[in-house]
Amino acid sequence: MSILIKNGRLIDPANDIDGTFDLLILDGKIARIDKKIDDSAEEVIDASGKLVTPGLVDIHVHLRDPGLEYKEDVISGTAAAAAGGFTSVACMPNTKPVNDSLPVTQYLIRKAKEEGSANVFPVAAVTKGSKGETLTEMGELKEAGAVGFSDDGLPVINSELMRRALEYSRPFNMPIISHAEEKSLVGDGVMNEGFVSTELGLKGIPWVAEDAMVARDVMLAELTGGHLHVAHISTKGAVDIVRQAKARGVHVTCEATPHHFTLTEEAVRGYNTNAKMAPPLRHADDVEAVRAGLADGTIDAIATDHAPHHVDEKNVEFNIALNGITGLETALPLTLRLVNDGVIPLQQAIALLTCGPATALGIPRGDLSIGAVADVTVIDQERKWTFDPETSRSKSHNTPFGGWELQGGAEVTILAGHVSYRFES
Amino acid sequence: MNKDVTVILNKSGVQRALTRISHEILERNHGSDNLVLVGIRSGGDFLAAELQQRIQQIEGVEIPLGAVDITMYRDDLDSRGSLPLGKTDIPFPLDGQKVVLVDDVLYTGRTIRAAMDALMDFGRPQAIQLAVLIDRGHRELPIRADFVGRNVPTAREENVQVEFEPENVPSAVRLLKP
Amino acid sequence: MSFAQKHILGIDHLSREEIIQILDTADSFKEINTRAIKKVPTLRGKTIVNLFFEASTRTRTSFEIAGKRLSADTINISASSSSVVKGETLEDTARNIEAMHPDIIVMRHGASGAPHYLADRLDCSIINAGDGAHEHPSQALLDAFTIREKLGRIEGLNVAIIGDLTHSRVVRSNLYLLNKLGAKVRLAGPGTMIPPGIEKLGATVYHDINQAIEGADVVMMLRIQLERQGKTLLPTLREYSRFYGLNPNNLKLAQENALVMHPGPMNRGVEISSSVADGPQNVILDQVENGVAVRMALLYLVSGGEETEG
Repeated sequence: MSILIKNGRLIDPANDIDGTFDLLILDGKIARIDKKIDDSAEEVIDASGKLVTPGLVDIHVHLRDPGLEYKEDVISGTAAAAAGGFTSVACMPNTKPVNDSLPVTQYLIRKAKEEGSANVFPVAAVTKGSKGETLTEMGELKEAGAVGFSDDGLPVINSELMRRALEYSRPFNMPIISHAEEKSLVGDGVMNEGFVSTELGLKGIPWVAEDAMVARDVMLAELTGGHLHVAHISTKGAVDIVRQAKARGVHVTCEATPHHFTLTEEAVRGYNTNAKMAPPLRHADDVEAVRAGLADGTIDAIATDHAPHHVDEKNVEFNIALNGITGLETALPLTLRLVNDGVIPLQQAIALLTCGPATALGIPRGDLSIGAVADVTVIDQERKWTFDPETSRSKSHNTPFGGWELQGGAEVTILAGHVSYRFES
Repeated sequence: MNKDVTVILNKSGVQRALTRISHEILERNHGSDNLVLVGIRSGGDFLAAELQQRIQQIEGVEIPLGAVDITMYRDDLDSRGSLPLGKTDIPFPLDGQKVVLVDDVLYTGRTIRAAMDALMDFGRPQAIQLAVLIDRGHRELPIRADFVGRNVPTAREENVQVEFEPENVPSAVRLLKP
Repeated sequence: MSFAQKHILGIDHLSREEIIQILDTADSFKEINTRAIKKVPTLRGKTIVNLFFEASTRTRTSFEIAGKRLSADTINISASSSSVVKGETLEDTARNIEAMHPDIIVMRHGASGAPHYLADRLDCSIINAGDGAHEHPSQALLDAFTIREKLGRIEGLNVAIIGDLTHSRVVRSNLYLLNKLGAKVRLAGPGTMIPPGIEKLGATVYHDINQAIEGADVVMMLRIQLERQGKTLLPTLREYSRFYGLNPNNLKLAQENALVMHPGPMNRGVEISSSVADGPQNVILDQVENGVAVRMALLYLVSGGEETEG
């Protein structure tokens, strides 16, 4: 099997390449990159006016498999990923059962390989059952293919246990991914605390709930030398804490979601349950700070926190609606908006979707090095389209971006030398 | 819209009609004992005040005067919407009284039906009589006036308008053709 | 002029003119409540469902009497909010009720936004009888009606509202209404009960209730409910009463004929002392009485809510 991609603007931030190149894929590997390649190939893709990038990497996805397949499964979730230009996703362990064991991790990898449209790199739980009591078998989970540990959806409340997790994972070179919320400050809050929550009469979650937990975790990382990865950073304070920690040389990385750099708490007005997630949509100042963190490199990766929920779980009163939104099919255009808004240059946007996340979790993807696995995304930067959640490849349609006019999207997604998605108008 | 306007009654015509009605009311009821006036808002209440004045001039007695707003008793809420409510003000008991209900223009009879329902909610009058300045016909209910200022044959699409001066003194009645 | 609103979800979405129209309409209905026969046929044949997911004696009774005095058929349904979490959803509950063709659903729910949710999904009119900590429009309207009746105006008055501002739907509806009608609002309460940014709804916030009361034309006390509002917010009711309760001494700081109001039910000896609650300045029972007229006005106005040229 061979694919020749011609005349595209090839951006490979990991190798510092940005220019017009042809790219040849042979037997699932990147075979050649050159100004002009005239070899014959089984498929020739004319990428004139398009971008050719490493396959996009999303390190924060909920595939809901096993156990919650009514929301999503490996097949539908990776199909949505491919449609969004992603070739690799890291999936969170809050499934039924929780992915805290070898069989679940192996099951996910096997199912993705056999039936999926993207690579699946499981994130396993920090603690058994994500109950916050005892550590999981991190060494064995790593051997099985896990790329990090998280009790995502929940913080590790017990500070001593979080310390031990960072200490224990360190020799395995594995990150502890923190869902940073100080639960006692979250209380039964359902949105960001501020004027909007006051006006709507909804219980607020103060920014300090995130800042306090990020501060604790950063200090524990500093104490232990472990690798802390802060998931879905959303507040100005948390971005500042990570920025300062990085300057001190603490081993901390972090990610931000498209919704946290695109939407503010104002989106909740009208009691829109598709604007409900954890952490919540924040104040405009926080959105600015997250954008600044993306621009100055404090934030390593853009990750979707793709969290599918059944319509019945969202079509309820705001305070009992489940947290989370889908994101795989809107992440790329929302990231390109940052480029159009002048927040970050194009090369950096691509880095934040490829080598940035891959490096943060040590995933062997995200570059177009010769000989590397041929995960490639061809991006049409110009295409204007309206997002219709009903046409989503995800099983769920819980998104606040329905009806949005977007620009840019995946034209062709190639997974290990095979087309996993092709845009059809 | 250009409307063809005919004056049915001028100011002195209205005055004469009201004076005649006052005499007729007293004659029919053998004086002013147990007699009360209730005008229908808005228009009938002003005419009722005029009648009260004239009766006082004739008999030397000030008979009780009330006003009823019939909006709450309408039968067309669904088609006409929630019209603004006026105040009903009947500060005396109606039980055993002879009530003269006063309106400006008698048309379908639906307003009078509503007004009678309203009066019944205030007590049990001995009798209700109806006085109107103009009867323009087109009744939809079996209702007729006891005292009429002027009978005016009209077409349905025409409009009868009773005009009042600033002190609520009736000044003219006009027939407006479409 | 017909009334343009199909629903009454809050004061926020009403214009100054609509508020005045409601108060004027209530003024006309008030007379019925003093008649021997307290009933008019205005809403004959209409069906009103009082759908209450939270216990409420006063508001439900007031709406029920209002509906009955207008000759509507009123049905009370008490549902438990908790049953919404497990089992039947709010939408299913509401659809079942709608299948019986009510004209108006009067709704009380513990979740902010619940009436808006139903209004988006059902065809009948929805009147919000209190949603979470969001709005309680009929309460604010009856408060305004009472103030206007007693003091002759609302514009330019100083109104002090004191208590748990965070969890109060009464305060939010009153803030919208009083600002639209030109009153000046002062708020006061314990530091734990002042939500962020509430001053942006049009109020001056004080921590010392004496400052809020000083020179006020109206002093409105809010009910304190420790069991609902959480144990971390206050040390004791005793201390609350000392620092945030209305008593004859601090009431002296207000205008001489200032009105004392309370949406009820009162905790005597906590947010309001008995001598003030029963004193000459209290209009608390007037509020209850006027509540019926105001709710009659709401039921009447939304019934003809959709304008058709007649």
